[in-house]
Amino acid sequence: MSVDMLLSQIFNGLSLFTILALMAIGLAIVFGLMGVINMAHGELMAMGAYMTYLTSVIFSRWLPGVMGASFLVGIVVAFLTTAAFGLLLETVMIRHLYKRPLDTLLATWGVSLILQQVFRQVFGPINVSVPTASWLQGAWSPMPGLDLPLARVFIIALTLAVALGVYLFLFKSRWGLRIRSVMQNRAMAGAAGINTARVDAVTFAVGCGLAGVAGSALTMIASTGPATGQQYIVDAFIVVVFGGVESLIGTFVSAFMIGQMQSLFEMPFSGSMAKAAILLLVIVALYFRPSGLFSIKVRR
Amino acid sequence: MFAVENLNVYYGESHILHNLQLTLGAHETLAIMGRNGMGKSTLLKALIAMIPAKTGSIQLDGRELAPLKSYARVAAGLGYVPQGRMIFPYLTVLENILSGMDSATNSVVPEYIYETFPVLWDMRARRGGNLSGGQQQQLAIARALVSEPRVLILDEPTEGIQPSIIKEIARSLNTLKKERNFSLIVSEQVLSFTLDIADRFLIIEKGRFVHEAVREYVDADKMMGYLTI
Ligand SMILES: Nc1ncnc2c1ncn2[C@@H]1O[C@H](COP(=O)(O)OP(=O)(O)OP(=O)(O)O)[C@@H](O)[C@H]1O
Ligand SMILES: [Mg+2]
Repeated sequence: MSVDMLLSQIFNGLSLFTILALMAIGLAIVFGLMGVINMAHGELMAMGAYMTYLTSVIFSRWLPGVMGASFLVGIVVAFLTTAAFGLLLETVMIRHLYKRPLDTLLATWGVSLILQQVFRQVFGPINVSVPTASWLQGAWSPMPGLDLPLARVFIIALTLAVALGVYLFLFKSRWGLRIRSVMQNRAMAGAAGINTARVDAVTFAVGCGLAGVAGSALTMIASTGPATGQQYIVDAFIVVVFGGVESLIGTFVSAFMIGQMQSLFEMPFSGSMAKAAILLLVIVALYFRPSGLFSIKVRR
Repeated sequence: MFAVENLNVYYGESHILHNLQLTLGAHETLAIMGRNGMGKSTLLKALIAMIPAKTGSIQLDGRELAPLKSYARVAAGLGYVPQGRMIFPYLTVLENILSGMDSATNSVVPEYIYETFPVLWDMRARRGGNLSGGQQQQLAIARALVSEPRVLILDEPTEGIQPSIIKEIARSLNTLKKERNFSLIVSEQVLSFTLDIADRFLIIEKGRFVHEAVREYVDADKMMGYLTI
């Protein structure tokens, strides 16, 4: 195998990593921090992808002059729509099911089925794709023989920016402080004066919004269909559990490792064999480190 | 100023607090004293809505707090320091203090906090979980003070703390009360500590108040009789 091929395979792994990482960061917040198993997280990602698609359609019809901005606007639209949907979901459903994980799982699974049907009705059963903005077409050649598609370079940068943003939000902002206090000791956070119900709603909404951003990024490397969310939800859960459910760094590292493994194993094996091999490795790893690669003990 | 009436609290089927009633004046310090398991913590948790009360009215300056959740009671003027401190272990000392300021008018830690508890300034970047028991107690008091309470509630602040630090905490509380203009409810088993700070004493036994005394007329022997086994 040539060095070029290996490098480009590593780069493919990197783009898979970006999708997994974006999706898993949202999931790490919803599942890791709040303990909510949201089976509709994949559909929220698909919703973000459809919103990006919708934005590009609107731009191409009414604002063709500034088509280049369509994708950037699409990311913001995807975040806001999915976050708003998350807020609604938390208020009408999730908050009534806290401490009932099985009910939450079933209810959100129902939501995911409903959303898939809605996508099918509204956008049709056929996959849609978002045209790559002209400034993201072409490739970057850091060395001869190695061409890195600009669109993928861009989503890697986007992932790093989102990770940095989430870090600043959680560890440097007032909301982050509220969220971390509630996660460490809910009753005490309330007795210290923090409105824990509102913190839950905001936390959940932010996690859902990040799924939307993951969907935006996904449109750069794949088309979007009603079942798109299903393809990634299991991987995203594996990433979060493997990384250690309470650790964002763990989530990031684990997304990186799983993205790379998937891409490297796909060379000798088929895609589904690669998945099975990863699952096996993850199970072995979790046997030795049951709470994930990076785990901290958090009192609840 | 602060008045509790008809307070009944249950854990499941078991009736823990029976029709409790108490009042607290401005600048007054009330000590709730009793042996282990008599219901001190249950009473204080019910005041801050950490556990629900079956019946009862809790009024602060004429405002009814009973329907309010914990955070709203803090905003209304209650401050709470739990038994065992319950510091957020993975937040820094500074973040622990800031977590108490959600309902405060400003967002900068007031200077008097560090003047009263200099150790909190020195340790502001450390994790709360790494502090000693006495330091955590000071931190927990600071976290409650920054919400600018009208009534500060302390649950067994001396538990597991060495005598010299207990003296220091008593001194700080007496200064703070004068300067910051709040009333104090403190639960205790240690009479020497409450004699340093309290104006009035209520003895609780099996969820009922069985004896009341004001500072000037405390019969120390009788009190000790209620507190020792
Ligand atoms: N979560 C709970 N579930 C059931 N019963 C409880 C619970 N917490 C406390 N109790 C019971 O309520 C009664 C009062 O307990 P409480 O904690 O209020 O006592 P306390 O006076 O604070 O004691 P201590 O000095 O040991 O802190 C005890 O009989 C205790 O067993
Ligand atoms: Mg107690």
